[in-house]
Amino acid sequence: MAAAAAGPGPGSGPGDSPEGPEAEAPERRRKAHGMLKLYYGLSEGEAAGRPAGPDPLDPTDLNGAHFDPEVYLDKLRRECPLAQLMDSETDMVRQIRALDSDMQTLVYENYNKFISATDTIRKMKNDFRKMEDEMDRLATNMAVITDFSARISATLQDRHERITKLAGVHALLRKLQFLFELPSRLTKCVELGAYGQAVRYQGRARAVLQQYQHLPSFRAIQDDCQVITARLAQQLRQRFREGGSGAPEQAECVELLLALGEPAEELCEEFLAHARGRLEEELRSLEAELGPSPPAPDVLEFTDRGGSGFVGGLCQVAAAYQELFAAQGPAGAERLAAFARELGGRYFALVERRLAQEQGGGDNSLLVRALDRFHRRLRAPGALLAAAGLAEAATEIVERVARERLGHHLQGLRAAFLGCLTDVRQALAAPRLAGKEGPGLAELLANVASSILSHIKASLAAVHLFTAKEVSFSNKPYFRGEFCSQGVREGLIVGFIRSMCQTAQSFCDSPGEKGGATPPALLLLLSRLCLDYETATISYVLTLTDEQFLVQDQSPVTPVSTLCAEARETARRLLTHYVKVQGLVISQMLRKSVETRDWLSTLEPRNVRAVMKRVVEDTTAIDVQVGLLYEEGVRKAQSSDSSKRTFSVYSSSRQQGRYAPSYTPSAPMDTNLLSNIQKLFSERIDVFSPVEFNKVSVLTGIIKISLKTLLECVRLRTFGRFGLQQVQVDCHFLQLYLWRFVADEELVHLLLDEVVASAALRCPDPVPMEPSVVEVICERG
Amino acid sequence: MPQASSGVASDSKVLTCAAVWRMPKELEPGSHESPDDSSSTAHTLELLCHLDNTAHGSMACVAWEPTGDGKKVISLADNHILLWDLQESSSQAVLASSASLEGKGQLKFTSGRWSPHHNCTQVATANDTAVRGWDTRSMSQIYCIENAHGQLVRDLDFNPNKQYYLASCGDDCKVKFWDTRNVTEPVKTLEEHSHWVWSVRYNHSHDQLVLTGSSDSRVILSNMVSISSEPFGHLVDDDDLSDQEERRPEEKSQEPPQDSVIATYEEHEDSVYAVDWSSADPWLFASLSYDGRLVINRVPRALKYHILL
Repeated sequence: MAAAAAGPGPGSGPGDSPEGPEAEAPERRRKAHGMLKLYYGLSEGEAAGRPAGPDPLDPTDLNGAHFDPEVYLDKLRRECPLAQLMDSETDMVRQIRALDSDMQTLVYENYNKFISATDTIRKMKNDFRKMEDEMDRLATNMAVITDFSARISATLQDRHERITKLAGVHALLRKLQFLFELPSRLTKCVELGAYGQAVRYQGRARAVLQQYQHLPSFRAIQDDCQVITARLAQQLRQRFREGGSGAPEQAECVELLLALGEPAEELCEEFLAHARGRLEEELRSLEAELGPSPPAPDVLEFTDRGGSGFVGGLCQVAAAYQELFAAQGPAGAERLAAFARELGGRYFALVERRLAQEQGGGDNSLLVRALDRFHRRLRAPGALLAAAGLAEAATEIVERVARERLGHHLQGLRAAFLGCLTDVRQALAAPRLAGKEGPGLAELLANVASSILSHIKASLAAVHLFTAKEVSFSNKPYFRGEFCSQGVREGLIVGFIRSMCQTAQSFCDSPGEKGGATPPALLLLLSRLCLDYETATISYVLTLTDEQFLVQDQSPVTPVSTLCAEARETARRLLTHYVKVQGLVISQMLRKSVETRDWLSTLEPRNVRAVMKRVVEDTTAIDVQVGLLYEEGVRKAQSSDSSKRTFSVYSSSRQQGRYAPSYTPSAPMDTNLLSNIQKLFSERIDVFSPVEFNKVSVLTGIIKISLKTLLECVRLRTFGRFGLQQVQVDCHFLQLYLWRFVADEELVHLLLDEVVASAALRCPDPVPMEPSVVEVICERG
Repeated sequence: MPQASSGVASDSKVLTCAAVWRMPKELEPGSHESPDDSSSTAHTLELLCHLDNTAHGSMACVAWEPTGDGKKVISLADNHILLWDLQESSSQAVLASSASLEGKGQLKFTSGRWSPHHNCTQVATANDTAVRGWDTRSMSQIYCIENAHGQLVRDLDFNPNKQYYLASCGDDCKVKFWDTRNVTEPVKTLEEHSHWVWSVRYNHSHDQLVLTGSSDSRVILSNMVSISSEPFGHLVDDDDLSDQEERRPEEKSQEPPQDSVIATYEEHEDSVYAVDWSSADPWLFASLSYDGRLVINRVPRALKYHILL
């Protein structure tokens, strides 16, 4: 209804002249409509049955609530051309007419309803008049009732007061009776040991007695009571001090004493003192266990006992204390914390002593389990007494033990490595006595490598227990981060590999002084071991570690490549040292042979000297030894008939071109010139040069060192004719047998040529032997 | 000026001898105005006397008393150390005193040096791997560095400015510096050569400059600042004298006082057996190799100025 009327309603205005009296009517009507709409809970927009306009406040909106005819007209007149004005006017008139007729229809339709409403109102007026009369009658009746009631209560007033008084007296008498009986009751209670009951009675009577203590009879009672109470308190204290009964009973005693009004401070002290006594007892028994006598129980049992005895006791004490002396506030809590800290410290000291005994070796799993128990046990008091810092201290102990354990394992690994080395030394020494050459070096190497690897794995497995999920401390930040990365990976594995390298390198230091004791085969074996580590083992072990200990820590770790480089460097140094040592052995042999012989008065050579044969033999032995561990390596391309070519050096053509002129004293300058020109075209020989990891390179190094020594020694001597010839024979012999060991046989040629040339220069009568004779001698020898 | 030198007398047996020679007058330091052309002609040495060693074996080394009137010569023959007195203007050598080394095996001296310190009463000798010090007054051993080198010791030299410092070199390719008051450990070890080191020489005036020659045909000049007699003190003095503004750059240049190899000379094609400094010019040195090549080099200019300034 309202909706229908709302639309056209306001529109009626603007159609007429704005000055007309009807101009205000729509305004009023709209207000009425608004109120109706409010009543029916309809918003204006909904009531209008159209979507909310673009702007409900727009004064030019015909259907808007804020419609302003003036503005609207102005707008129309200003904006629209005449034709449109006319159109809108006719439109407006038509709308007005339609609205008028609509209004009339509404009035007709609602007429009957108005009439019936008027009738109803009239009937209601009558009914109210009747009701008024009845209400009047009710008021008079009520007044009468009130009157009666007042009279009755006045009559009963007297008796009521008396009854109240009697009841009061009765209660008082009962209290008095209680008071008079109190001493006897208390005595009885004390006798029976029902201390709780006694304390309750005393508590009830205390205030009253206090209040009436000026009356003599009460005074007497109070005195009695006080005596009894004192006795009671004394008995309680006695019981408390005896202390034999466990912590709960003591707590009860303290509670009763507190109720008796004993000073809390003192009780608190005493309570703690008793607790201390008990806990110290526990500590003493623990200490006795780890005393000097060796048969201590295993560590698990120890921590179990400590956990149930001491830590359990401490928990009980702490709980009871907190319950009893909660009123003490922070000072009390502080006292308890200090107490716990002190005793806890002593307990920790004991535990650490016990754990230190365990460091020597023993079973890791047992230790970890013990630590787990220990740590788990201390979580309860840790939660109770956060201020005492017990849990943190326990964690610290566990961490320390873990660290020490790592150190122990590192030591173990080192010891294992040294043990391996000793074994190898023995193995190397033993077969030599039996006269067997070249013990199974490869086997030894495999043994050493596998034994070290198994040790590493065993250590890893052992320390891995610390991070097992079920262990209570494994989720501590230390064990998740630092332990894995810094402790295990860096400290244990990397540390071990480094120390291995260092141990190996220490064999290289101070050669000839102390290093002489190291068998060369060991050097060779270590070098190969380090090389194997560089190629495979290091990355394998580190990967294994990283997998087992999911390293989450961000702290920097040693990269595999660095370690590999170190291992490679170690291997290289060891091999170089091996070359030096072996080279030295052979050079000493050569040097002695050259220095001790009298070259001037030697006889015509018939044989190759034995020492040369020995040199070749030794070189062959070294070749076999190195071949066991290292690959062949690359040689310079050789002609198919190397031995022939070697020989050609001493054949006439070469000989002519080479040092024949030097034997004629007429042309001493030529010798130097020729040898210098020769050297210009040959590369400088680096005698102690770094070696590569293969057999040929190693042998080349050894032979270079030996031949250079020979050369230098020859230059220091003076040779007779036969001495020179002997050198010639020896060199040819070496030439025949040594070329096959080296990478570049030209090197052997050069050095040996140089030896013979130097000998020739040091000879006052240089007559060389016929090459064919040299050949025959060498082949015979 | 007379010179001591060793020579060979060939017989059925080789015996190394020693003799005292006089250098030609023209080559003496005082007379360097001698015409350039004449220097091309070879001068002959004048033989003064022989050091008679037939009783003692081959001469390994001869050394003049560093200061004094040039009347005393020490020589090493096999296992004997002989002190000679030159008399009658060096025409006669009289054996003044001698001592010999006793021990297992056949001991032979390889090299010796006469210390310029302690009033020239000390001589150091090398035999096998040991270095020994002797007092020439009593001809008795005063110190011994056993196992100074891993192998044979080839040469020795005394630091001309620090009285207890001694350099040694040997077949283990190392050069070691010793304080003779503490013979258990070398003060410093150099390991630059790749074969036996035959000769080691301190510069006469700037003892941080050490020259070594080796049979790897290299000559190496090292700067041993840390153990020289003028490590940084020399520079510090300059600092104190100089103005405040100049101090900063001085300090900067002073920063790296590290021992280092200054230069490696590879002109030789064969083993270098001797190196020595010029006695006239402290920046000049010579090296001699097996093939007869004598190479004369100068200390690099930059280093020279660094040391001087």
